Amino acid sequence: MDLSLLDIGHSYGQTRVLEGISLEIPAGQVLCIVGPSGCGKSTLLRMIGGLERPAQGRVMTRGAAPEGCLNPLTFVFQDFALLPWRTVAGNVSLALEDHRLARARREAVIADVLSRTRLSDFADALPRQLSGGMRQRVAIARALAVNPAVMLLDEPLSALDAQTRELLMEDLVGLWSRAPFTAVYVTHNLAEAVRLGHRIAVLSRRPGRIREIVEIDTPLAERRTGEAGLERVQAHLWELMREEARAADAELIDA
Amino acid sequence: MLERVTATAPVRAAQGTGPEQGREVPFRGGGFRPGQRRWVAPVLFVVLIALVEAGTRSGVISNLTLPRPSDVFATLVDLARSGLLWKHLAPSLGRLVVGASIGAGLGILVGVMIGLFTLVRAGLVPLVAALFPIPKIALLPLFVIWFGIDEASKYALIAFGTFTPTVVATYGAVDGVDRTLIRMGQSFGLTWLSIVRKIVLPGALPGILSGLRVSLAIAIILLVAAEMLGAEYGIGAYILEAGALYDLERLFAGVTVLSVLGLVVSFLIGRVERLLLAWRA
Ligand SMILES: Nc1ncnc2c1ncn2[C@@H]1O[C@H](COP(=O)(O)OP(=O)(O)O)[C@@H](O)[C@H]1O
Ligand SMILES: [Mg+2]
Repeated sequence: MDLSLLDIGHSYGQTRVLEGISLEIPAGQVLCIVGPSGCGKSTLLRMIGGLERPAQGRVMTRGAAPEGCLNPLTFVFQDFALLPWRTVAGNVSLALEDHRLARARREAVIADVLSRTRLSDFADALPRQLSGGMRQRVAIARALAVNPAVMLLDEPLSALDAQTRELLMEDLVGLWSRAPFTAVYVTHNLAEAVRLGHRIAVLSRRPGRIREIVEIDTPLAERRTGEAGLERVQAHLWELMREEARAADAELIDA
Repeated sequence: MLERVTATAPVRAAQGTGPEQGREVPFRGGGFRPGQRRWVAPVLFVVLIALVEAGTRSGVISNLTLPRPSDVFATLVDLARSGLLWKHLAPSLGRLVVGASIGAGLGILVGVMIGLFTLVRAGLVPLVAALFPIPKIALLPLFVIWFGIDEASKYALIAFGTFTPTVVATYGAVDGVDRTLIRMGQSFGLTWLSIVRKIVLPGALPGILSGLRVSLAIAIILLVAAEMLGAEYGIGAYILEAGALYDLERLFAGVTVLSVLGLVVSFLIGRVERLLLAWRA
């Protein structure tokens, strides 16, 4: 399933947040969206996922969702959004319970996604017993359980420390390599963008417009942190963002 | 190449005299962390009782100001022996259970509705705010006219008194449910009913239960008021009768029973919390 964004614009009250965003999101690729904080990345992602209505423009899907897809557009949130009163397996189960699945089938799906995210041993643990990285793996398992057409990830690693982030990036690359999925990955971390994105859309400061779209040809599995080619792309992205970030920062102080 | 620093590099424990004399960093991170001290409450209680006992025995506290704790205790024992205690306690417990169940049940229902529906909120929040401060005792005559002098008016008074605080606590708890969890539910396409049942209600439960602590205490307070309405038996009736006769021993015996009732209710809610909210650590 492909996604198209057609000339999306939005304001909150007097504040213009997004302006003329048109984007093509082809199936099987990871599109990263980077931009200074407050430029409307989360807002755009919520619009793509149907959690918010854009004032102008439309989000369109094309083609059928994959076989057995229960929730075509599925989010992974920055703060994990796990139910603290449910176990790891219970949290994954939540996404399946409203669908008519036989109990055995549901348990098989849960076991499968937990093993793919290396959480099988923690099925009965409560979220508070897990580290931040494991909590986010639970959220990723929950997203995988509904076999989404497009995963929408909003700064999924931003609440984690650098080492955990590195490990989870490897996990995501591994998951994608074994079973390629379509994803929109919002981040303000350029290193994440160049590790995980097939294409990277750079947004300007508020109101967010697309400044440039960078393509990286290196396959995800072959990318390494600190590799020269990636470093060059990252430096280029930083050139693009630097002025925007500084101006955005000054704006916040003025406001 | 990397220099390796040995882990056993010498450390100067600069203690002793001289200008380079060392001082240990003082600890200053204590306090502000409520812990558990099970023995404190009973000890404090026993000390207070002992003080009053000593005071009344020595005459520092006159018998007209406070009854002697041992006399109150003796009165209680008599009351229990004669079977009168149960005769008073049983109808009171009945009124408490029926009245508080109706009031808290309706209160939770209305509170959840206020939390979920804009229209209900717009209509009922001001109404509840207007009802809350009314001293329910002032409405006693009205309750008699509406519900008669029998049990119904007593149930109604207690129910009315527990209803408003439960509503306020419940809709506050529903409002306090993490919005990102609700967003998450929507993003997975959960039905409205699933979101309410699996996200909103469990998320509001801690707030509802701590609201119930207050509501049920109010129910016990109102028990005495309710039993002003022509009750022959009941702890409230017993206290009122003792009060009218200035029989301090019996008055305090009745008050002690109410206090114990409050402790039992608080203990039970604590139990329910530990059972249902184990996930909170
Ligand atoms: N629900 C909302 N109501 C009003 N303003 C909002 C709302 N959500 C976001 N904003 C504002 O819109 C701008 C973009 O927000 P957001 O999309 O969260 O940015 P980003 O994710 O890029 O940091 C910010 O200035 C933010 O304050
Ligand atoms: Mg954001």
